[in-house]
Amino acid sequence: MAQPSSRRSGFSKKQQYSVFTGYLLASLGAILGLALLALSLWQPAALQPLRGGANDVSATIGEAPATARAGGNNTWDTIKAYWQAGSQNADLRREVEVARIRLAEAQAVEAENRRLKALLGLAEENVEPVVYSRLVGSSSTSARRFAYLGVGSAAGVEIGMPVHSERGVIGRVLETSRASSRVLLLTDSESVLPVRRASDQTVAFAEGRGDGLLRIRLINLGLNPLEIGDVFVTSGAGGYYRPGVAVAVLSEITSDGGIAQLIAEPSATNYVVVEPVHETLAVEASEVRDGEALSEAGLGEEPVNRPENASTGD
Amino acid sequence: MIDRLAPPSQRRAYGSGGINRVTSPWRANIVPYASILIGSLIPFWVMTDVMPLAPPIGFIIFLSWRLMRPGLFPLWIGVPLGAFDDLFSGQPFGSAILLWSVTMIGIELVETRFPWRGFWQDWFTAGLVILIYIFASMLTSGATITPHMLIATIPQLLLALLVYPLFARIVAWLDRFRLSRSRRIG
Repeated sequence: MAQPSSRRSGFSKKQQYSVFTGYLLASLGAILGLALLALSLWQPAALQPLRGGANDVSATIGEAPATARAGGNNTWDTIKAYWQAGSQNADLRREVEVARIRLAEAQAVEAENRRLKALLGLAEENVEPVVYSRLVGSSSTSARRFAYLGVGSAAGVEIGMPVHSERGVIGRVLETSRASSRVLLLTDSESVLPVRRASDQTVAFAEGRGDGLLRIRLINLGLNPLEIGDVFVTSGAGGYYRPGVAVAVLSEITSDGGIAQLIAEPSATNYVVVEPVHETLAVEASEVRDGEALSEAGLGEEPVNRPENASTGD
Repeated sequence: MIDRLAPPSQRRAYGSGGINRVTSPWRANIVPYASILIGSLIPFWVMTDVMPLAPPIGFIIFLSWRLMRPGLFPLWIGVPLGAFDDLFSGQPFGSAILLWSVTMIGIELVETRFPWRGFWQDWFTAGLVILIYIFASMLTSGATITPHMLIATIPQLLLALLVYPLFARIVAWLDRFRLSRSRRIG
């Protein structure tokens, strides 16, 4: 349809001014947006309280779709299993999958134990989870891959804590507010996670590609020892994640490593566990600049029991 | 002197409901904004971990209103609506404020050159704007752009382009609801 005539300014001085003011305000708005964008790219934490408050509300509402989603997944699984071989099939298959992951993890733990025994004979402590929660939302339109948790700092969630599902690593807490927190998923293009092959000590970085796959980049280049089907677990380097949690399965081999698929898909999980940062000291150490010494207070809290953990920051 | 029955609930010269019927000013003014805000919220609850999939619903509804009712929104409306969208989209704060404002200005400038339009032309315009919007918001998201990421956007892009006529219908229905009679006079 044609424009209404009221918006043609014609000779009316008043109309001309109001059209001009409209353009002026809109341009100022665009410039304001640009400034805010620059600020939030430069200092991501600056505008966090604003978003955190809003997400507290939407995360609370998000509990309902999350419950429905979990229910929907289960129903669909049951229907699918009935169609194939009876209603147990889905449960059994899921169990076998988990068992397979556990087996790979057990291998990893075994290798880990052997290594530790060789070093000092340290016992692996049992990790007490901070809180259990659901993933209530995600950045489904954006090119970034974030998920939102229905719990926040009120439940003890802190920035940097790893988030696991029963299958493996989901991601890491990036921002917290009172009742919600934002999780950087492994598939985000800015996510880098130190991993190692479950069967031996081949260390690598798992980087998100932004399209749902992880790029495994070997640290020691040379002959590529990887094979399709290799399971990768966290190496514990950097101090955020505890070692030996399942991350990804290799699906394609490239010259410097490979392409891997996630083991724990956030959309398929019901509950996730927020765990404490594994090595607080290593994380603190990675934030200390070259040439500065670690403070004595920090060193006094906890003995450094894994010297190799402090080497790589993630 | 005869007073006006109701304050003007829309900024256009025609379509105020007709003789003997008065639109509710509250409804007429709230429905467009409320629909956009709800549209901005919906993708938050969609769980996608692999790649962006949900079309930017808030932006599409905003665009539909803008194309269907030129002059309904003031030119600066991209700022508050974009700010609300930024709170939930996962984009860095300011990205939608910038892009929605630029969209308003851009459409306004182009529209004065092409005053007469039809459905297919609207779809073409909206498609072009959505395409540019999705790529621009990828640039402003702070992510490292990889070729894989561009490929992963294709499903979202196609979905957003195909879903526009649906939202145009929904907005047309909302507009009818917005301007329907709220009380009878005489």
